Amino acid sequence: MSNEFHIVVCGSIVPDPLQTLAPQDGPNGPVLQNEMMLPAVLDPWAGHALYEAADLAAKHPGSQVWLVSLGPKAKLQQVMMAVSQKAPFQLVVADGSASGFEDGFETAKTLAETIQGIAGLDMSKLLLFGGWQSASRGSGAVMQMVGEMLGMTEQFQGVDKLTVGDDGALEVLERIEGGAYQKSVVDAAPAVLGWATGDLPEPPNNPQIGMQNMQKNMPALQQAKPADLSGTSLKFSAVDVPQQRRETRVVKDVPVEEVAKELVEWIKG
Amino acid sequence: MTVLFLAHTECDNSLHKSALEALTAAKSLADGLGTDLAVGLVGADIAGAAESIGGCGASFYGVAGPEFADARYASDVAAAEALSTACSAEIVVAPATSRFSRAVPGLAVRLNGRVDTHLSGLDVVDGQPVAKRWFYRQRMEGTFTRDERPWVMTIDSGCAAAFEGASAVEVTPVAVDVSGVRTTVAGIECVSEDEQTIRPDAEMLLVAGAGWTKKQADGATHVDVAETTIMDFLTGTKSSLGSSKSLVDISGEGGAIISFLTHMHQVGQTGSTPRHAKGLATCCHGEEPHVVGWRFINERRAINTDASCGWAQGKCDVLYVGDAFEIMKKVNELLG
Repeated sequence: MSNEFHIVVCGSIVPDPLQTLAPQDGPNGPVLQNEMMLPAVLDPWAGHALYEAADLAAKHPGSQVWLVSLGPKAKLQQVMMAVSQKAPFQLVVADGSASGFEDGFETAKTLAETIQGIAGLDMSKLLLFGGWQSASRGSGAVMQMVGEMLGMTEQFQGVDKLTVGDDGALEVLERIEGGAYQKSVVDAAPAVLGWATGDLPEPPNNPQIGMQNMQKNMPALQQAKPADLSGTSLKFSAVDVPQQRRETRVVKDVPVEEVAKELVEWIKG
Repeated sequence: MTVLFLAHTECDNSLHKSALEALTAAKSLADGLGTDLAVGLVGADIAGAAESIGGCGASFYGVAGPEFADARYASDVAAAEALSTACSAEIVVAPATSRFSRAVPGLAVRLNGRVDTHLSGLDVVDGQPVAKRWFYRQRMEGTFTRDERPWVMTIDSGCAAAFEGASAVEVTPVAVDVSGVRTTVAGIECVSEDEQTIRPDAEMLLVAGAGWTKKQADGATHVDVAETTIMDFLTGTKSSLGSSKSLVDISGEGGAIISFLTHMHQVGQTGSTPRHAKGLATCCHGEEPHVVGWRFINERRAINTDASCGWAQGKCDVLYVGDAFEIMKKVNELLG
């Protein structure tokens, strides 16, 4: 039996993890210093969600993948030049801040409204994918709120594996405490899945897919609607980078036995 | 105003330590605001859990039954909504367990409120609740408040003392219809006790970096020796195992891998941020994305062959410059 899915992946951009980040006051609250100058990447967990979506769509002919992204479209365009080579998808853009200091509820509201505006989206076939965390706000809350706003009450977070049965049932492995998984089964779409890492490697670049994607995605970037994230009373009184410097004692040119003995005393102590 | 402490029971119908910590935070918040405290419990059988915290001075509400034994978004959010409504909660405080981290954000939408998760602190300033949490993966901490109510919050473990105070209580039962829930829980998959290497409650975290799989002085890799050395240490100390992203990603690059490492072991910018008392980093550098994962590790030591690696830049307490293969082998011998 064939199962067609309409897979919507929510994913935004984050500063390259190797960049040094520092906060500063902006007109509407805290921002990152030189935020628009920082190199950006697709959020790692959203990336996993996108690769799982593409894999699932490839296994189920007739399925479609949309990547819905809230972010400044100039930065999104840069990132999408690379991401578009990884997997086939249709980009849908809401032009607004991707800052980690934005309110999660406002972000969710914008994403839900953007998804509702996708032409041809069949809610009965919808699998809403995204990261269970992000490298920006890291709340692990936005996907649940988007799902609720779309009326989707079968939800899973920290997903590493999704198996679709012949009858369309979805078997999901979710991370729980202590390195364990909870296995759940939902009878069919629609469902929300916040992905952890999944079990797929990052796909190699495919310039042909990249060209096909960008033919559709450049117009999507140009047609991006401005996102209004102002409906929050969230007020920051401080954002600080913690003092983390330690007085490191560097032990070198010391015999292995002595190092091991010191370590064992520390471990037992 | 009512502050609702929301918790779920564990499989033995008790409350997890992180729930008891969240109760301390909720009670402190309610006391600071001069408002009522309510407790809402969800689980198969909540009587024992209620009694274990009966001394907190709250009014108790409960959603109980076999359909609430397992963690399911749909049934948990329905229970949380019913409990919040029953006590007219304006602030909801819950532990950031995997179960409630999954369910509670949706509660904010149902209540037309707002949610802030993974809080690291909760205070009262000028009569207003003020929260703290980390942004950009433990790289900066923000202090904030908001006017919207209900305000739903989850608190990370280790941010408050666990509440103690058992007493008999009367629990007001709250009915919830979950007949329309389409998800069924098929079970828990976990490795055996002997094979378990992720131990959140362990005293020590051992982090393995990519150096364990690189060519050694003889020009060859010795992944089999690395596996044995690491596993012997974990077995001997019952430590928890973490990994750098570069090591778990090696599988995707076709490199030799340490067989028992998965993405679940990953710590750092794109992994977990564990809270063990001690941490020992082996064969990995102390660059910023790694250190993010060490934010809550109190005592930090590292073994690296490079004396000028990132760990030497004030990020660990002691850096041993040496061969981790040799040092850890000797450590294992001394540990017996």
